Amino acid sequence: MNKILLVALREFKSRVQKKSFLIATILIPLIFPGLMAGLIYVSIQQEKNATKEVIHYIDESNLFKPDTSKFIFKEFHGSVEDAKKAFTVDGSYGFLHIPKLDIFNPNGITLYSKSTPSPTDKGYLVSMIENQIKDQKMQSLNIDQKVLDQMKTNVSIETIKISDSGSEESSDTSVLFAVGMGCGILMYMFIFIYGAQIMQGVIEEKTSKVVEVIISSVRPFQLMMGKIIGLASVGLLQFLIWIILISTLTTVVLAYFGLNMPQQQMMEQMSQQINDPAIQNQGAIEALKAISQIPFAYMIFNFLFYFLGGYLIYGALFASVGSAVDSPAEAQQFMFPVTIPLLISYLGLFTFILQDPHGTVSVWLSIIPFTSPIAMMGRIAFDPPLWQLILSMVLLVAGFILTTWVAARIYRVGILMHGAKVNYKVLAKWFMMKN
Amino acid sequence: MDALNVEGVTKHYSNHVALDNVTFSIPEKSIFGLLGPNGAGKTTLIRIINQIINADAGKITLFGKPLQQDHVGIIGYLPEERGLYKKMKVGEQLLYFAQLKGMSRKDALVRIKHWMKKFEVTEWWNKKVEDLSKGMAQKIQFISTVMHEPKLIILDEPFSGFDPVNAQIITKEIFELRENGSTIIFSTHRMETVEELCDDIALINKAQKILEGPKKQIKERYRSNKFIIEHTGVFSSTAINFEILEQKQLEENRYTSLLQSTADTKSNDLLRQLINVTEVNSFNEKIPTISEIFISLVKGGSYE
Repeated sequence: MNKILLVALREFKSRVQKKSFLIATILIPLIFPGLMAGLIYVSIQQEKNATKEVIHYIDESNLFKPDTSKFIFKEFHGSVEDAKKAFTVDGSYGFLHIPKLDIFNPNGITLYSKSTPSPTDKGYLVSMIENQIKDQKMQSLNIDQKVLDQMKTNVSIETIKISDSGSEESSDTSVLFAVGMGCGILMYMFIFIYGAQIMQGVIEEKTSKVVEVIISSVRPFQLMMGKIIGLASVGLLQFLIWIILISTLTTVVLAYFGLNMPQQQMMEQMSQQINDPAIQNQGAIEALKAISQIPFAYMIFNFLFYFLGGYLIYGALFASVGSAVDSPAEAQQFMFPVTIPLLISYLGLFTFILQDPHGTVSVWLSIIPFTSPIAMMGRIAFDPPLWQLILSMVLLVAGFILTTWVAARIYRVGILMHGAKVNYKVLAKWFMMKN
Repeated sequence: MDALNVEGVTKHYSNHVALDNVTFSIPEKSIFGLLGPNGAGKTTLIRIINQIINADAGKITLFGKPLQQDHVGIIGYLPEERGLYKKMKVGEQLLYFAQLKGMSRKDALVRIKHWMKKFEVTEWWNKKVEDLSKGMAQKIQFISTVMHEPKLIILDEPFSGFDPVNAQIITKEIFELRENGSTIIFSTHRMETVEELCDDIALINKAQKILEGPKKQIKERYRSNKFIIEHTGVFSSTAINFEILEQKQLEENRYTSLLQSTADTKSNDLLRQLINVTEVNSFNEKIPTISEIFISLVKGGSYE
């Protein structure tokens, strides 16, 4: 036991002292929001600064009122044939031809352009013309805009879940969806990154040939477990630092906005930006309410449990893969079967779990130990029944014990083999070998 | 008391036998040569002594006690496949190994400083292993093997990969360690390199022990009454107590001859006879090397 601790401590120290750990731990919580903000900023700037393209048009139906927010429209005086040639000559974007048409059956509107127009550009033109036809129809049908506005009704359904104890909680599925997805992806990345690090560590010990020196004083199982535990604590430390960093950051950001922008003002600003203030405000409030009702402590506890469980299962398997090979390149062939359940649960997260968190497939994925860490994290925000959670956790622990036992049997033989040609048959033989 | 007793140790792998009922013992405070060609089973046996693998059958006793887990602390093992953590600093690494061997951090620090001073490498404490030259790393590796003052030191192919200068330093240390009470096992297939160092030897071939005992006795047993002489002028033998097996010209009038005498001929008598027939420049008994004895044993014939 003491020796496992010694190995774990060395592993922990050697990882945490690396510069890459410091950089990853501090930068990643900043990188993702930063990257997103950067992309949004760039796309806004691009939209703002883009020079408007010119579209020529001939409007034979006399219904076109150019809206110049996105394109510059120039009426062309001449024949359609001339117009088709003219726009290519002066480098314009295209030529829009609106023939004489019946507004109740508008057919034959054509856009000529040099390159295929993007869906957004086409959609923009379509909705512009549709709006103008609508205005004309209202006039011809004698409908007043005010009457129309009054007819419009906004309905939003508030979803309230009644828990077993009878208390009511509002639940916003889109927020839960985002939380589930975030947790699932984070879990997938964590297991993968840390699992791969164990494998690399084992291969490194083998190639530097330090391994036989060590196992003359430590049992192979102790070395493997020490390695796994050491790296798990690195992962937990990193996770904790992230939580602290992110929560401090959000508090700081919220406090900053909170001071400078009282809620009412914020809402006013929102309503100015958005066409339909009623719905949007309602939605925003709902979302905020839903976020405030997520039991973060419960989520973090579960995340830690499933991270540890999933990591220990895959960590042991990755360690045995590392022990069987002499180089990372060789490891590829054995990585495949280990990563398949990970990939299945990752794909399952998007195809089943987030779409239908309580469906049969989702439930099974979240109970089977190999897929449960990612699948259950995807479901956890949707509040799975307690018995499923407990069953899944118990199976996870059992799965970890089983895989560690299998992995250790391969590991103890593998680390002493140099230059052996290894395939699955050989692995099976190692597994069966007496100690 | 013997340092190590190996009794009937057997180890099977799925398609071959690595050790077949091997028995021998190593006297305390001696240098023991575990000799044999590649693949004979030496490394398997050493791994069993180090409790890296278990034997299928047989008994191993270390200083009178059956092999047990805490024996790792009294064994120093330099495996054939050896290395160090490249990214780790020298001092930290030695401390780690010493603690794995069961030493306290405080004791380990004292011992490591002592050894680093002895090898004049104190200033390497904070260097990473990857920044050391190969020879430097070899010294550190040796320190890691002996720093916990093991009573039994096992060196598997110790001189492979060691440059001659380091090999000499280490040979000197090994003698000193024996003086201080350690027992040393040399395992090698290059028998000539350790022959002169060993007090006792065991020969292993194809999983079986074929010879064991004090080196001197073994050599005595395999004496074959052959003599090499250098002489001026040719001669031929008419005597009944020796014959000339081979005669070669060295220089103009100088020759070397290999003589086979009968078992009851004393060397002095032989020399007297030779003086009568030729001018003797040198006279040596041809004593077989361990490797020659080994080869003759493996081939199944007597030593020739």
